[in-house]
Amino acid sequence: MLFFSYFKELVGKEVTVELKNDLAIRGTLHSVDQYLNIKLENTRVVDQVKYPHMLSVRNCFIRGSVVRYVQLPPDGVDIEILHDATRREARGS
Amino acid sequence: MSWAGFDPFYGTSLAENLDKKLLVILRDGRKLIGILRSFDQFANVVIEDAVERIIVGEQFCDVSLGLYIIRGENVVLIGELDPAREELPSHMQRVSYKMIEEARKAEREATELKGSMRKRMEFLDLE
Repeated sequence: MLFFSYFKELVGKEVTVELKNDLAIRGTLHSVDQYLNIKLENTRVVDQVKYPHMLSVRNCFIRGSVVRYVQLPPDGVDIEILHDATRREARGS
Repeated sequence: MSWAGFDPFYGTSLAENLDKKLLVILRDGRKLIGILRSFDQFANVVIEDAVERIIVGEQFCDVSLGLYIIRGENVVLIGELDPAREELPSHMQRVSYKMIEEARKAEREATELKGSMRKRMEFLDLE
C-alpha cells in the first residue's frame, strides 16, 4: 500500500514512465490504483519517430505489470516522509 | 502529506474509455485499434471492430480482426486516440497485406544477418 499511497501524492505531477518494452512516455499523472496501474494525461512519447502509432494518443492507461521505471521530478519526493512511512511499514509487517 | 489507508473508491478506471476508439499495445508488440466495449479489474478487455495495424518502416497495413477479447496479462498500454489528430504521420503510406508481410520478412532477415555477422566478428575481440 505504501507505493500506492506515494503515487497518490504525485497525482498532477509530470512523470516519465519507462515500460519493459523500452517505450518511454511523458505525461501528467492522472490516477493510480492498488495494482500500480497508471493513467497519464497529455502524453508525449519520448522517441516519437520510433513509435509513429502513438502520434494521436494524448491519454493512456498503463498496466502496472509492464512498468520498468517511473521517473519523477526532483522535487517530487519528500524523502523524510518517505523514510518514516517505509520504517512504519517495515515494523508493521 | 496524508498516508490514507485502503480507499476502495479510488483508482484508475477504464470506464471513461468505454465506447471509444482505442489503441491497445500488446506484450508481443502488436498494435490493435478498436472500440472498447468491456473491461475488468485484470485489464481483460473486449474490443469491437478490432484492426491490427502493422507498421514496418514508413509503410503500414490494417488487418480487420472483428470482435476480440484480450486477456489482461498481454496488455501493455491502452491509449485513447484523439479524433482531432492524425493517427499516423502523413508521410507514412498504406500498403497491401502482401507488401507489409514482405517488408516484415526483409526487416527480420536484416536483423538476423546483423546478428550473425556480429557473432562471426566476436572472435576478433575488437571491443
